[in-house]
Amino acid sequence: MTVDEATPARTVGNPRTGRPPLLLAAGATVAALALIPLGFVVVYTVTVGPDEAWRLIVRPRVGELLFNTGRLVVGGVALSIVIGTACAWLVERTDLPLRRGWHVLLAAPLAVPAFVNGFGWVSLTHRVEGFGGAVLIVTLSYYPLVYLPVAAALRGLDPALEEAAYTLNHSAWGTFLRVVVPQLRPAILGGALLVGLHLLAEFGALQLLRFPTFTTAIYDQYRSSFNGPAANMLASVLVLCCLVLLLGELRLRGHRRYARTGRGVARTAPRHRLRALTGVALAGLSTLVVLALGVPIGSLIHWLVVGSSTEFPLGELATAAATSVGVGVAAALLTTLLAVPVAWLAVRHRSRASTLVERSTYVANSLPGIVVALALITVSIRIVRPAYQTFALLLLAYAIMFLPRAVVSVRAALEQAPPRLDEVSRSLGAGPLTTARRVTLPLILPGMGTGAALVFLAVVTELTATLLLAPIETSTLATEFWSASAALAYGAAAPYALLMVLLSMPATFLLARHPRRLMTP
Amino acid sequence: MGDCADRGGGVGAERVQRGDSGPYITVYNAQHEELIEEIAPGFTEETGIDVKLRNGDDFELANQLVQEGDASPADVFLTENSPAMSLVDSRGLFEPLDQRTLAQVPEQFSPRNGHWMGFAARSTVLIYNTANVSEDELPESILDLAEPQWAGRVAFSPSGADFQAIVSAVLDLEGEAATAAWLEGLAANGEVYDGNNVVMEAVDAGEVDVGVIYHYYWYRDQQEAGENSSNSALYFFDDQDPGAFVSVSGAGVLASSQKQDDAERFVRYLSGVEGQQALADSYALEYPLNPQVALDPPVKPFNELEPPRVEISGLNGPKVIELMQDVGLL
Repeated sequence: MTVDEATPARTVGNPRTGRPPLLLAAGATVAALALIPLGFVVVYTVTVGPDEAWRLIVRPRVGELLFNTGRLVVGGVALSIVIGTACAWLVERTDLPLRRGWHVLLAAPLAVPAFVNGFGWVSLTHRVEGFGGAVLIVTLSYYPLVYLPVAAALRGLDPALEEAAYTLNHSAWGTFLRVVVPQLRPAILGGALLVGLHLLAEFGALQLLRFPTFTTAIYDQYRSSFNGPAANMLASVLVLCCLVLLLGELRLRGHRRYARTGRGVARTAPRHRLRALTGVALAGLSTLVVLALGVPIGSLIHWLVVGSSTEFPLGELATAAATSVGVGVAAALLTTLLAVPVAWLAVRHRSRASTLVERSTYVANSLPGIVVALALITVSIRIVRPAYQTFALLLLAYAIMFLPRAVVSVRAALEQAPPRLDEVSRSLGAGPLTTARRVTLPLILPGMGTGAALVFLAVVTELTATLLLAPIETSTLATEFWSASAALAYGAAAPYALLMVLLSMPATFLLARHPRRLMTP
Repeated sequence: MGDCADRGGGVGAERVQRGDSGPYITVYNAQHEELIEEIAPGFTEETGIDVKLRNGDDFELANQLVQEGDASPADVFLTENSPAMSLVDSRGLFEPLDQRTLAQVPEQFSPRNGHWMGFAARSTVLIYNTANVSEDELPESILDLAEPQWAGRVAFSPSGADFQAIVSAVLDLEGEAATAAWLEGLAANGEVYDGNNVVMEAVDAGEVDVGVIYHYYWYRDQQEAGENSSNSALYFFDDQDPGAFVSVSGAGVLASSQKQDDAERFVRYLSGVEGQQALADSYALEYPLNPQVALDPPVKPFNELEPPRVEISGLNGPKVIELMQDVGLL
């Protein structure tokens, strides 16, 4: 660490392990905001009192929900890992034909909201209801969250390690398991964590598929009007499930660092020849794309054609689309900015405090939108009444709900940006801010873009918080779709859903297009 | 009340910021948006008062009003079913309505305390698959659905406010023990679905023989494309059976409103002849409650229904939830 001796003027902490106070303060502020919904749940739980809380938590229904939620998360995450990793390997490491096209198609299901997917399937066949169908459909909706980071990581891997394994007589499969998979671990785990958190909070699709989990039960309890306490009690169990996921991921992640520190630029890895298996691979990928994209889009087109309520109110469609894009872009920017100090602390200044800050930002993502929205109503109407039901508050709500999508992406980029480059910059006399701006920021910008795109996709389909917190008379594509489908006018609902999918496509393409420099700094 | 002054200032600032010239009221609307959007323009034309809607579900907006308390920006609250009105009323958030307004609909469709009123109604019906069930097989009472011969043949949606309102009617009419026994039989016999439309689709597809829903789901599907209703028909319970229960959509004025006169005028318009005619002419196919207005055929006329008399404000109390939790339906 000659850098330290070369910069005696350094004033705050060790750049690798210390805690610069400003950064920590920024991170703590973000964490505090993200914990508002948890505070709401805890306060409710406390005011209910221990006896009533015990009665509400320990009953047969809760056991059933715990079982359902558990097997949905395990099944959905495991299947997403298998499908996401296998697809990424096929696209990045084999001579599969039309790889660019497959890459875009495999990322595209992110543009189809899970509830639209569920709607498409249920209107095709009721046999998808229940556990099997629920796992299938949530996996089809969320596996790209594993596929994209794993594909990016595979592309950035230095093949030198694999070649070393081959020279040591490891088989192709053995090399994959012993050398490639460990290097993919942060990408797989980060994606799996996002999938798990989304499954905890998933509502629309599971409701359509008649598969009750904690989140659907929380909505049921709220719908039973008098049952706010019972709903929040279930939410507190949901928070515990979320903590289990967070700790599990943290344990599995370990403390290794994965930035490449060799000299020069990593070569592109050679592609495996699929030969006779090409047909099998193509058939598998085609099936996946048909199931994940063909079914929901086909169903929407079907409703456009047969529904008598089908109409194209161009003015309303345009207004709703413009609002959706506007709040989506603004929320994506805000959320990504808030994610930077959190990810920076977590990667560059590892400590208990920074881990706590980072993990705090995940909790709200596992809570249903109704809980987050009611928490923000309660807090904002008392503390910042002029901001109540303004766009500013709505954007903050989105940021709180979708921070993990940005944090995971920025963190992944930071982990692959070698700190040594910062040290070199500092040793050449650049201050910490200049270094951040001229060295680190350009390296993590693509990661920020990925995070922003993921947040955008989530915001465009968000419903509950939008209904309760948006300025009055705001209409988005999601609220218009909900309004029409609640009235059973599926024909009228279809154009809004299709537009939602179309407007999400650019963000999906952005995600699919990894600039090479992202992974080979 | 220092914060009253604050709020007044806030509203003024808001108005300047929005650049609105005329007066307006804020309606928290849990009724179908399209429906209220067909009724509101007539009100604006008559009074010059603009209507701004915040849309959501019954339970979402009712809980939002409870959390907002007396700081709520809402002037009027509209729901699909009465329980959400009862929740808001239980926190003392409604201003009692004017007698002239209440008198526009029959008194059994508003709570006795006059804090809010019914403005539309939906009737409970039994939908049956015409291929699997013959007319003479149909039960006389909704209570019969708990009998063994209906095992595995009944679809319903217990998580919705709709079905919970039906249970509370049973509780009100038959008492606690009979309701508990009925729910137990139903839980054993029944196929649980989420949403009345899903129940309808399941029965129409022949997955289940009969289902408990509200009348307008089936009529509206007939109007749309008939895709989910062509293999089924509706059966109306009669003779004041709990299964003939009519659920009421409610309207109320918030006590915290700064514009109570305008808000009251809106509720009066909604329940008056013009508002009710706009309701009847819309796609909604819900029954208007003002006796001077009626729905067109083929919907079964409101005056031919034989609903039981229940006290509307007592519906869907905590007891109903507890009974449903006990048999594992919630």
